[in-house]
Amino acid sequence: MNGYRRDPAGTHPELLTPEYRSTRLRAPDRPLIILPHTLTEVTGPVYGHEGIGPLDHDLTRQHAGEPLGERIVVCGRVLDGDGRPVRNSLVEVWQCNAAGRYVHRVDQHPAPLDPNFTGAGRCLTDDEGRYRFVTIKPGAYPWGNHENAWRPAHIHFSLFGPAFATRLVTQMYFPGDPLFAHDPIFQSVREPAARERLVARFDLETTEPEWALGYQWDIVLRGREATPVED
Amino acid sequence: MSTPSQTVGPFFEFALPYEGGERLVSPGDADAILIVGVVLDGDGKPVDDALVEIWQANRLGRYRHPEDTREELPLEDGFTGFGRCPTDAEGRFEFVTVKPGAVDGQAPHILVCLLARGVLRHLYTRLYFPDEAEANAADPLLASIEDPAVRATLVARALDGVLAFDIHLQGEQQTAFLDV
Repeated sequence: MNGYRRDPAGTHPELLTPEYRSTRLRAPDRPLIILPHTLTEVTGPVYGHEGIGPLDHDLTRQHAGEPLGERIVVCGRVLDGDGRPVRNSLVEVWQCNAAGRYVHRVDQHPAPLDPNFTGAGRCLTDDEGRYRFVTIKPGAYPWGNHENAWRPAHIHFSLFGPAFATRLVTQMYFPGDPLFAHDPIFQSVREPAARERLVARFDLETTEPEWALGYQWDIVLRGREATPVED
Repeated sequence: MSTPSQTVGPFFEFALPYEGGERLVSPGDADAILIVGVVLDGDGKPVDDALVEIWQANRLGRYRHPEDTREELPLEDGFTGFGRCPTDAEGRFEFVTVKPGAVDGQAPHILVCLLARGVLRHLYTRLYFPDEAEANAADPLLASIEDPAVRATLVARALDGVLAFDIHLQGEQQTAFLDV
Protein backbone atom coordinates (compact mmCIF):
# COMPACT_ATOMS: atom_id res chain seq x y z
CA MET A 1 0.00 0.00 0.00
CA ASN A 2 1.28 3.46 -0.86
CA GLY A 3 0.81 6.40 1.46
CA TYR A 4 0.48 10.08 0.54
CA ARG A 5 3.42 12.46 0.26
CA ARG A 6 4.03 14.99 3.01
CA ASP A 7 4.02 18.56 1.74
CA PRO A 8 7.29 20.52 1.82
CA ALA A 9 7.84 22.90 4.74
CA GLY A 10 6.25 26.29 4.08
CA THR A 11 3.29 24.87 2.15
CA HIS A 12 0.90 25.12 5.09
CA PRO A 13 0.75 27.69 7.88
CA GLU A 14 2.65 27.14 11.11
CA LEU A 15 0.04 26.12 13.67
CA LEU A 16 1.37 28.77 16.05
CA THR A 17 1.07 32.06 14.19
CA PRO A 18 1.00 34.59 17.05
CA GLU A 19 -0.19 37.45 14.81
CA TYR A 20 -3.39 35.42 14.46
CA ARG A 21 -4.36 35.70 18.09
CA SER A 22 -6.62 32.65 18.31
CA THR A 23 -3.69 30.32 17.58
CA ARG A 24 -1.95 31.25 20.85
CA LEU A 25 -4.14 29.06 23.04
CA ARG A 26 -5.11 26.57 20.35
CA ALA A 27 -1.91 25.55 18.57
CA PRO A 28 -0.48 22.35 20.09
CA ASP A 29 2.87 23.07 21.74
CA ARG A 30 4.31 19.59 21.39
CA PRO A 31 5.50 18.42 17.97
CA LEU A 32 3.15 16.25 15.95
CA ILE A 33 3.88 12.51 15.97
CA ILE A 34 4.61 11.11 12.52
CA LEU A 35 2.08 8.46 11.55
CA PRO A 36 3.10 6.25 8.62
CA HIS A 37 -0.07 5.82 6.58
CA THR A 38 -2.16 2.72 7.07
CA LEU A 39 -5.42 1.65 5.48
CA THR A 40 -7.15 4.07 7.88
CA GLU A 41 -5.46 7.12 6.36
CA VAL A 42 -5.57 6.10 2.69
CA THR A 43 -9.32 5.53 2.86
CA GLY A 44 -11.96 8.16 3.55
CA PRO A 45 -15.62 8.95 3.03
CA VAL A 46 -16.98 8.24 -0.44
CA TYR A 47 -19.86 10.38 -1.66
CA GLY A 48 -22.48 9.77 -4.29
CA HIS A 49 -24.79 12.07 -6.16
CA GLU A 50 -27.73 11.02 -3.96
CA GLY A 51 -26.62 13.43 -1.23
CA ILE A 52 -26.36 16.47 -3.52
CA GLY A 53 -29.38 18.57 -4.54
CA PRO A 54 -29.59 20.02 -8.08
CA LEU A 55 -29.23 23.60 -6.79
CA ASP A 56 -26.69 22.93 -4.07
CA HIS A 57 -23.94 24.44 -6.25
CA ASP A 58 -25.92 27.63 -6.93
CA LEU A 59 -25.94 29.89 -3.88
CA THR A 60 -28.04 32.48 -5.75
CA ARG A 61 -31.05 30.20 -6.18
CA GLN A 62 -31.65 28.81 -2.70
CA HIS A 63 -34.36 31.33 -1.73
CA ALA A 64 -37.47 32.96 -3.20
CA GLY A 65 -35.55 35.95 -4.57
CA GLU A 66 -32.06 36.72 -5.79
CA PRO A 67 -29.38 37.79 -3.32
CA LEU A 68 -27.91 41.29 -3.51
CA GLY A 69 -24.34 41.62 -4.69
CA GLU A 70 -22.08 40.99 -7.61
CA ARG A 71 -22.99 37.64 -9.19
CA ILE A 72 -19.93 35.46 -9.86
CA VAL A 73 -19.04 32.01 -11.14
CA VAL A 74 -16.22 30.23 -9.28
CA CYS A 75 -14.90 27.10 -10.90
CA GLY A 76 -11.77 25.07 -11.36
CA ARG A 77 -10.29 21.64 -11.02
CA VAL A 78 -9.35 19.52 -8.05
CA LEU A 79 -6.06 17.82 -8.86
CA ASP A 80 -3.75 15.49 -7.02
CA GLY A 81 -0.07 16.26 -6.55
CA ASP A 82 0.75 14.64 -9.88
CA GLY A 83 -1.72 16.74 -11.85
CA ARG A 84 -4.36 14.04 -12.14
CA PRO A 85 -8.02 14.93 -11.66
CA VAL A 86 -9.65 14.06 -8.33
CA ARG A 87 -13.02 12.71 -9.44
CA ASN A 88 -16.34 12.39 -7.63
CA SER A 89 -15.02 14.24 -4.65
CA LEU A 90 -17.12 16.37 -2.32
CA VAL A 91 -16.45 20.12 -2.32
CA GLU A 92 -18.23 22.16 0.35
CA VAL A 93 -18.18 25.98 0.38
CA TRP A 94 -19.45 28.69 2.68
CA GLN A 95 -19.14 32.46 2.80
CA CYS A 96 -20.58 35.72 4.07
CA ASN A 97 -22.95 37.84 1.99
CA ALA A 98 -22.08 40.84 -0.19
CA ALA A 99 -22.22 43.12 2.86
CA GLY A 100 -19.70 41.02 4.79
CA ARG A 101 -22.17 39.31 7.15
CA TYR A 102 -22.45 35.58 7.86
CA VAL A 103 -25.72 33.81 8.59
CA HIS A 104 -24.38 32.83 11.99
CA ARG A 105 -25.58 33.59 15.52
CA VAL A 106 -22.10 34.68 16.62
CA ASP A 107 -21.44 37.13 13.77
CA GLN A 108 -21.92 40.55 15.36
CA HIS A 109 -20.81 42.67 12.40
CA PRO A 110 -23.45 45.42 12.03
CA ALA A 111 -23.99 44.81 8.32
CA PRO A 112 -27.33 43.64 6.94
CA LEU A 113 -28.33 40.04 6.52
CA ASP A 114 -29.77 39.18 3.11
CA PRO A 115 -32.98 37.13 3.30
CA ASN A 116 -32.14 35.67 -0.10
CA PHE A 117 -28.67 34.45 0.79
CA THR A 118 -27.50 31.70 3.12
CA GLY A 119 -24.00 31.25 1.73
CA ALA A 120 -23.51 27.46 1.82
CA GLY A 121 -23.07 25.16 -1.17
CA ARG A 122 -21.73 21.78 -2.19
CA CYS A 123 -20.97 19.79 -5.28
CA LEU A 124 -19.09 16.75 -6.50
CA THR A 125 -16.18 17.02 -8.91
CA ASP A 126 -16.78 15.54 -12.37
CA ASP A 127 -14.65 13.08 -14.32
CA GLU A 128 -12.10 15.81 -15.08
CA GLY A 129 -11.99 16.93 -11.45
CA ARG A 130 -14.05 20.05 -12.20
CA TYR A 131 -16.26 21.87 -9.73
CA ARG A 132 -18.42 24.93 -10.34
CA PHE A 133 -20.32 27.28 -8.02
CA VAL A 134 -22.53 30.26 -8.77
CA THR A 135 -22.64 32.78 -5.96
CA ILE A 136 -22.20 36.46 -5.16
CA LYS A 137 -18.89 38.03 -4.28
CA PRO A 138 -18.50 38.01 -0.49
CA GLY A 139 -17.71 41.30 1.24
CA ALA A 140 -14.76 42.11 3.47
CA TYR A 141 -15.58 42.27 7.17
CA PRO A 142 -13.99 43.46 10.39
CA TRP A 143 -12.85 41.07 13.13
CA GLY A 144 -11.42 41.50 16.60
CA ASN A 145 -7.92 40.16 16.01
CA HIS A 146 -6.21 43.54 16.28
CA GLU A 147 -6.98 47.23 15.92
CA ASN A 148 -8.90 47.89 12.68
CA ALA A 149 -8.56 44.29 11.49
CA TRP A 150 -10.45 43.31 8.32
CA ARG A 151 -10.58 39.97 6.53
CA PRO A 152 -10.06 40.10 2.76
CA ALA A 153 -13.03 38.74 0.81
CA HIS A 154 -12.86 34.94 0.78
CA ILE A 155 -14.84 31.77 0.23
CA HIS A 156 -14.23 28.81 2.57
CA PHE A 157 -13.63 25.43 0.92
CA SER A 158 -13.70 21.97 2.48
CA LEU A 159 -12.52 18.93 0.51
CA PHE A 160 -11.86 15.28 1.25
CA GLY A 161 -10.18 14.00 -1.88
CA PRO A 162 -9.60 10.27 -2.20
CA ALA A 163 -8.48 9.62 1.38
CA PHE A 164 -8.66 11.07 4.86
CA ALA A 165 -4.96 11.92 4.46
CA THR A 166 -5.89 14.31 1.61
CA ARG A 167 -8.44 16.26 3.68
CA LEU A 168 -8.11 20.00 3.04
CA VAL A 169 -9.96 22.94 4.52
CA THR A 170 -8.90 26.28 3.13
CA GLN A 171 -10.02 29.68 1.85
CA MET A 172 -10.09 31.11 -1.67
CA TYR A 173 -9.28 34.78 -2.10
CA PHE A 174 -9.86 37.27 -4.92
CA PRO A 175 -7.01 38.77 -6.96
CA GLY A 176 -5.52 42.12 -5.98
CA ASP A 177 -7.21 42.46 -2.61
CA PRO A 178 -5.61 45.41 -0.74
CA LEU A 179 -6.22 43.63 2.57
CA PHE A 180 -3.80 40.76 1.85
CA ALA A 181 -0.85 42.57 3.43
CA HIS A 182 -2.81 43.19 6.62
CA ASP A 183 -4.40 39.77 7.12
CA PRO A 184 -2.58 37.42 9.51
CA ILE A 185 -4.59 34.41 8.32
CA PHE A 186 -3.57 34.88 4.66
CA GLN A 187 -0.04 35.76 5.77
CA SER A 188 0.15 32.63 7.97
CA VAL A 189 1.30 30.87 4.79
CA ARG A 190 4.89 32.09 4.88
CA GLU A 191 5.98 31.17 1.35
CA PRO A 192 4.78 33.86 -1.08
CA ALA A 193 4.44 31.32 -3.90
CA ALA A 194 2.30 29.07 -1.70
CA ARG A 195 0.18 32.04 -0.64
CA GLU A 196 -0.49 32.88 -4.29
CA ARG A 197 -2.06 29.43 -4.66
CA LEU A 198 -4.88 30.65 -2.42
CA VAL A 199 -5.81 33.42 -4.88
CA ALA A 200 -8.28 32.81 -7.70
CA ARG A 201 -7.67 34.19 -11.20
CA PHE A 202 -10.16 36.44 -12.95
CA ASP A 203 -11.03 34.72 -16.23
CA LEU A 204 -12.84 36.33 -19.14
CA GLU A 205 -13.54 32.90 -20.64
CA THR A 206 -15.44 31.90 -17.49
CA THR A 207 -17.18 35.27 -17.35
CA GLU A 208 -20.72 35.00 -18.70
CA PRO A 209 -21.79 38.00 -20.86
CA GLU A 210 -24.48 40.22 -19.36
CA TRP A 211 -24.59 37.96 -16.32
CA ALA A 212 -21.60 37.14 -14.08
CA LEU A 213 -17.85 37.62 -13.67
CA GLY A 214 -15.87 34.39 -13.71
CA TYR A 215 -13.03 33.22 -11.48
CA GLN A 216 -10.88 30.13 -11.90
CA TRP A 217 -9.26 28.43 -8.94
CA ASP A 218 -7.58 25.04 -9.09
CA ILE A 219 -7.09 23.13 -5.86
CA VAL A 220 -4.18 20.73 -5.51
CA LEU A 221 -4.34 17.93 -2.95
CA ARG A 222 -1.42 15.79 -1.81
CA GLY A 223 0.04 13.30 -4.23
CA ARG A 224 0.63 9.61 -3.71
CA GLU A 225 3.95 8.05 -2.75
CA ALA A 226 5.49 6.13 -5.59
CA THR A 227 6.65 3.34 -3.30
CA PRO A 228 4.77 1.39 -0.63
CA VAL A 229 4.87 2.31 3.05
CA GLU A 230 7.29 0.08 4.96
CA ASP A 231 5.62 -2.08 7.57
CA MET B 1 2.35 21.98 -5.26
CA SER B 2 -0.43 21.52 -2.74
CA THR B 3 -2.92 24.23 -1.97
CA PRO B 4 -2.20 25.57 1.53
CA SER B 5 -4.57 25.02 4.43
CA GLN B 6 -6.45 27.83 6.15
CA THR B 7 -8.54 27.85 9.31
CA VAL B 8 -12.17 26.70 9.15
CA GLY B 9 -12.93 29.94 11.06
CA PRO B 10 -15.74 30.49 13.53
CA PHE B 11 -18.65 30.69 11.09
CA PHE B 12 -19.11 27.22 9.59
CA GLU B 13 -22.08 26.10 11.65
CA PHE B 14 -24.69 26.88 8.99
CA ALA B 15 -22.70 25.02 6.34
CA LEU B 16 -20.80 21.95 7.53
CA PRO B 17 -22.80 20.18 10.28
CA TYR B 18 -25.77 18.15 9.11
CA GLU B 19 -28.67 16.35 10.75
CA GLY B 20 -27.54 13.06 12.25
CA GLY B 21 -23.85 13.72 11.51
CA GLU B 22 -22.87 12.37 14.93
CA ARG B 23 -24.84 9.11 14.57
CA LEU B 24 -22.98 6.45 12.57
CA VAL B 25 -25.39 3.75 13.74
CA SER B 26 -28.88 3.77 15.19
CA PRO B 27 -28.82 4.18 19.00
CA GLY B 28 -30.85 0.93 19.06
CA ASP B 29 -27.98 -1.03 17.48
CA ALA B 30 -26.98 -3.82 19.89
CA ASP B 31 -23.32 -2.83 19.49
CA ALA B 32 -23.86 0.93 19.73
CA ILE B 33 -21.33 2.85 21.82
CA LEU B 34 -21.48 6.48 22.88
CA ILE B 35 -18.30 8.52 22.64
CA VAL B 36 -18.36 11.88 24.41
CA GLY B 37 -15.64 14.46 24.77
CA VAL B 38 -14.76 18.06 25.42
CA VAL B 39 -12.32 20.17 23.42
CA LEU B 40 -10.22 22.42 25.68
CA ASP B 41 -7.77 25.23 24.88
CA GLY B 42 -4.47 26.08 26.56
CA ASP B 43 -6.28 27.80 29.44
CA GLY B 44 -8.46 24.74 29.98
CA LYS B 45 -11.45 26.65 28.59
CA PRO B 46 -13.96 24.79 26.42
CA VAL B 47 -13.64 25.37 22.69
CA ASP B 48 -17.23 26.01 21.63
CA ASP B 49 -16.57 26.50 17.93
CA ALA B 50 -14.73 23.35 16.87
CA LEU B 51 -15.83 20.70 14.40
CA VAL B 52 -14.86 17.12 15.19
CA GLU B 53 -14.88 14.49 12.43
CA ILE B 54 -14.24 10.76 12.74
CA TRP B 55 -13.39 8.04 10.23
CA GLN B 56 -13.45 4.37 11.04
CA ALA B 57 -13.90 0.80 9.82
CA ASN B 58 -17.10 -1.10 10.54
CA ARG B 59 -17.43 -3.65 13.34
CA LEU B 60 -15.65 -6.26 11.23
CA GLY B 61 -12.76 -3.95 10.44
CA ARG B 62 -13.75 -3.08 6.85
CA TYR B 63 -13.62 0.43 5.41
CA ARG B 64 -16.27 1.56 2.96
CA HIS B 65 -13.75 2.63 0.35
CA PRO B 66 -12.53 1.20 -2.97
CA GLU B 67 -9.02 0.62 -1.59
CA ASP B 68 -10.30 -1.74 1.07
CA THR B 69 -10.72 -4.78 -1.13
CA ARG B 70 -11.15 -7.37 1.62
CA GLU B 71 -14.40 -8.81 0.29
CA GLU B 72 -14.43 -11.45 3.02
CA LEU B 73 -15.37 -8.68 5.47
CA PRO B 74 -18.80 -7.51 4.32
CA LEU B 75 -19.86 -3.87 4.26
CA GLU B 76 -22.92 -2.93 6.30
CA ASP B 77 -25.87 -1.13 4.76
CA GLY B 78 -26.02 2.45 5.93
CA PHE B 79 -22.65 2.46 7.69
CA THR B 80 -20.35 4.99 6.03
CA GLY B 81 -17.69 5.15 8.75
CA PHE B 82 -17.76 8.97 8.73
CA GLY B 83 -19.11 11.23 11.44
CA ARG B 84 -19.15 14.99 11.99
CA CYS B 85 -20.15 16.87 15.14
CA PRO B 86 -19.72 20.56 16.07
CA THR B 87 -18.87 21.29 19.71
CA ASP B 88 -21.57 22.95 21.81
CA ALA B 89 -21.34 25.90 24.23
CA GLU B 90 -19.52 23.65 26.75
CA GLY B 91 -17.06 22.42 24.13
CA ARG B 92 -18.78 19.01 24.04
CA PHE B 93 -19.10 16.64 21.11
CA GLU B 94 -20.47 13.12 20.89
CA PHE B 95 -20.75 10.22 18.47
CA VAL B 96 -22.96 7.15 18.45
CA THR B 97 -21.07 4.41 16.63
CA VAL B 98 -19.71 0.88 16.95
CA LYS B 99 -16.24 -0.23 17.94
CA PRO B 100 -14.39 -0.92 14.70
CA GLY B 101 -12.75 -4.27 14.10
CA ALA B 102 -8.96 -4.45 14.09
CA VAL B 103 -7.30 -3.53 10.78
CA ASP B 104 -3.97 -4.82 9.50
CA GLY B 105 -2.31 -5.68 12.80
CA GLN B 106 -3.35 -2.45 14.49
CA ALA B 107 -5.50 -2.20 17.59
CA PRO B 108 -9.09 -1.08 16.94
CA HIS B 109 -9.04 2.69 16.48
CA ILE B 110 -10.92 5.67 15.12
CA LEU B 111 -9.23 8.51 13.23
CA VAL B 112 -10.24 11.87 14.68
CA CYS B 113 -9.92 15.20 12.86
CA LEU B 114 -10.36 18.54 14.59
CA LEU B 115 -11.10 21.86 12.89
CA ALA B 116 -11.55 25.20 14.67
CA ARG B 117 -10.97 28.91 14.62
CA GLY B 118 -7.32 29.40 15.54
CA VAL B 119 -6.37 26.03 14.07
CA LEU B 120 -4.69 26.84 10.76
CA ARG B 121 -4.42 23.24 9.61
CA HIS B 122 -6.80 20.52 10.77
CA LEU B 123 -5.40 18.36 13.57
CA TYR B 124 -5.45 14.58 13.48
CA THR B 125 -5.44 12.22 16.40
CA ARG B 126 -6.65 8.68 17.04
CA LEU B 127 -9.01 7.20 19.58
CA TYR B 128 -8.14 3.75 20.96
CA PHE B 129 -10.26 1.58 23.26
CA PRO B 130 -9.61 0.99 26.97
CA ASP B 131 -10.74 -2.67 26.87
CA GLU B 132 -8.04 -3.59 24.33
CA ALA B 133 -4.94 -3.52 26.55
CA GLU B 134 -3.22 -6.36 24.74
CA ALA B 135 -3.92 -5.09 21.22
CA ASN B 136 -3.02 -1.55 22.28
CA ALA B 137 0.33 -2.76 23.63
CA ALA B 138 1.10 -4.25 20.21
CA ASP B 139 -0.21 -1.34 18.13
CA PRO B 140 2.57 0.23 16.00
CA LEU B 141 1.53 3.85 16.59
CA LEU B 142 1.00 3.47 20.35
CA ALA B 143 4.24 1.50 20.66
CA SER B 144 6.13 4.29 18.86
CA ILE B 145 5.20 6.78 21.62
CA GLU B 146 7.70 6.49 24.46
CA ASP B 147 6.03 8.62 27.11
CA PRO B 148 3.18 6.60 28.68
CA ALA B 149 1.35 9.81 29.65
CA VAL B 150 1.34 10.97 26.02
CA ARG B 151 0.30 7.50 24.84
CA ALA B 152 -2.57 7.52 27.34
CA THR B 153 -4.07 10.63 25.70
CA LEU B 154 -5.03 8.44 22.73
CA VAL B 155 -6.98 5.89 24.78
CA ALA B 156 -10.58 6.74 25.65
CA ARG B 157 -11.73 6.25 29.25
CA ALA B 158 -14.70 4.06 30.15
CA LEU B 159 -17.09 6.08 32.30
CA ASP B 160 -20.55 4.77 33.21
CA GLY B 161 -21.10 3.00 29.93
CA VAL B 162 -19.76 5.92 27.92
CA LEU B 163 -16.35 6.33 26.31
CA ALA B 164 -14.85 9.67 27.28
CA PHE B 165 -12.30 11.21 24.93
CA ASP B 166 -11.31 14.77 25.79
CA ILE B 167 -9.10 16.71 23.39
CA HIS B 168 -6.61 19.09 25.01
CA LEU B 169 -5.12 21.44 22.42
CA GLN B 170 -2.21 22.57 24.65
CA GLY B 171 -0.59 22.19 28.03
CA GLU B 172 0.48 19.39 30.34
CA GLN B 173 -2.39 17.15 29.27
CA GLN B 174 -2.10 17.95 25.56
CA THR B 175 -3.52 15.25 23.31
CA ALA B 176 -1.00 13.52 21.06
CA PHE B 177 -1.63 14.99 17.62
CA LEU B 178 -0.45 13.18 14.52
CA ASP B 179 1.43 14.26 11.43
CA VAL B 180 -0.65 12.30 8.91
